[in-house]
Amino acid sequence: MSDKLIRVLVGKIGLDGHDRGAKVVAQALRDAGMEVIYTGLRQTPEQIVEAALQEDVQVIGLSILSGAHMQLIPPVVEMLREKESSDIIVIIGGIIPRDDIAYLKEHGVAEVFTPGSSTVDIVNFIRNKLELN
Amino acid sequence: MSEQQSDSELVAAKETWHEKVQKSSEKHPERKTFKTDSDYEIERVYDVLDLDSFNYGEQLNWPGEYPYTRGIQPTMYRGRLWTMRQYAGFGSAEETNERFRYLLEQGQTGLSVAFDLPTQIGYDSDHPLARGEVGKVGVAIDSLADMEILMDQIPLDQVSTSMTINSPAAVLLAMYMAVAEKQGIAMEQLDGTIQNDILKEYVARGTYIFPPRESMRIIVDIFAYAGKMIPNWNTISISGYHIREAGSTAVQEVAFTLGNAIAYVEAAVAAGLEVDQFAPRLSFFFNAHSNFFEEIAKFRAARRIWARLMKERFGAKNSRSMMLRFHTQTAGSTLTAQQPDVNLMRVAYQALSAVLGGTQSLHTNSRDEALALPSEPSVLLALRTQQVIGYEIGVTDTVDPLGGSYFIEKLTDQIENEILSYIKKIDEIGGAVEAIEKGFIQKEIQASAYRYQKEIESQERVVVGVNQFTISGEQPIDLLKMDPATSQRQVERLKEVRLSRNQAKVAETLQELRRAAQGSDNLMPAIFEAVKAYATLGEICGVLRDVFGEYQQQITI
Repeated sequence: MSDKLIRVLVGKIGLDGHDRGAKVVAQALRDAGMEVIYTGLRQTPEQIVEAALQEDVQVIGLSILSGAHMQLIPPVVEMLREKESSDIIVIIGGIIPRDDIAYLKEHGVAEVFTPGSSTVDIVNFIRNKLELN
Repeated sequence: MSEQQSDSELVAAKETWHEKVQKSSEKHPERKTFKTDSDYEIERVYDVLDLDSFNYGEQLNWPGEYPYTRGIQPTMYRGRLWTMRQYAGFGSAEETNERFRYLLEQGQTGLSVAFDLPTQIGYDSDHPLARGEVGKVGVAIDSLADMEILMDQIPLDQVSTSMTINSPAAVLLAMYMAVAEKQGIAMEQLDGTIQNDILKEYVARGTYIFPPRESMRIIVDIFAYAGKMIPNWNTISISGYHIREAGSTAVQEVAFTLGNAIAYVEAAVAAGLEVDQFAPRLSFFFNAHSNFFEEIAKFRAARRIWARLMKERFGAKNSRSMMLRFHTQTAGSTLTAQQPDVNLMRVAYQALSAVLGGTQSLHTNSRDEALALPSEPSVLLALRTQQVIGYEIGVTDTVDPLGGSYFIEKLTDQIENEILSYIKKIDEIGGAVEAIEKGFIQKEIQASAYRYQKEIESQERVVVGVNQFTISGEQPIDLLKMDPATSQRQVERLKEVRLSRNQAKVAETLQELRRAAQGSDNLMPAIFEAVKAYATLGEICGVLRDVFGEYQQQITI
């Protein structure tokens, strides 16, 4: 992957305004040499998918702490499939109960990073995943 | 007993002691450089020399006396303990009403309402953007009908109620007043708080609707209206809590909060209000984080700065205008998903720092909040933690028990100076609104948040169970399960309300609100009438969105 810059869309999906995690991750990915597009708050699944396609990213990182993940995340994966863009990796960060993590991973989410995750792990996960693809 | 040593003798003796320690520490070095969370280096030991120019009367004075460093009441917790106020709300108004009544039965002394995000952003539960969010982080309130259920069988003349609501604060306050009116309670008896602090929403919490200047108008309208109608209501809770949760240091938390407070006072004065008319009803909300002594010093410094600001900068004469009254919540961001029971200890120490810092009310977080919304057993333990501090361990027996500690006083002075230099910087930028519009505050918070995260990842900062003392294969704990049908039921009720009300009356009151918003009349009377006609929150905020426009976020990364 070293010959091509990794492009990541970091987004806040839903109405919750807790963007500390999203911004810290965005900054860490940037420091790791990736190109990061940060959407800001209050994005709908439609807006996320549209921005991801327009920006031609390989990874979408979504942060959500409001508990609306079960309603808002699956539509993102579903829409990517409809647009034949399932090669875009979707990762999630936030407060996500264990049972929901299993469900989301069965439904196309590559990984879920809960509180206490290290930004180093997130960087490595993205690099490894893209190399495997 | 020996003679009192002179200062020069003390300095020499201290020098000798340090040399001696230096020698022995070559063999047994200290573990590291010690720093507070705001990045001040902490000395090996503090002594009387650190308080060289200390003037008791000016810096401390007695509790209940200007500048209130030791507390705003003369007897503090010997008279009455702080209000134990757990933030709660989820699902429907019925479910939350049940949790409220449970908490009151368990000895809680005040209510604190958490609203869901659509309510906080002024959308009805059937708005497309409310998808997945209805009843999640708080209770869904669409109209007066929901507020009536929320407060059912709760005597509003006997409890104080805090509502975490900002952009639509005027609407929720009007609903609360309307319920009180129906319960036959005199408006002067209403006691409570609306958060109503929009400036920190732009930098830290995110539930803004309108642009800053229009938002400031609504806030000033509330100050003026509430001052006349509900004199015992706290019209704003100027909040550092979320600024800290967003990653700021302790110093930045207080500095940016007081910077915002100055902006509110200036706006109200510019609108023609007398300082002493509204300032006694200003209240504050701070975070109790983990660095124990720094937090205690922070609360004390905040009180001293506010008293002097109000007296010297704004010419307040009423002592109540100078008293910084505050609510405290323990730091949600310090809670870990790993080994969640350990969070009980974190919360207990944080809560203790708030009590030693002289808080007026307190929320203790639940151990499972890094995993989900708190379960009932977890909330009960959190409340019991406060009761142990209040009733068992004796820290409430004397006022400001740490006052006079060399370390605490030195730290209080240091933090005060740092806060004052930030306030100066904000003044130079042109005030808090300008500083926010320029992204200054946001960038400062972000830089601190990033540094904090790096410190954890480099193990410079130890988080028990996360980067040290970890275990694998943890057993899952029981979490609160949300009823997925809540959202549907809420939407049904909203439909019924829309069908059963007097439509002409709704249209008329909304038209009156539009007229007030376009002009300069106080908005509150029009909002009160619309609420009583069962206009929905979304309809009322919709009119204001039309007239005022919506805020577009500054992306500062």
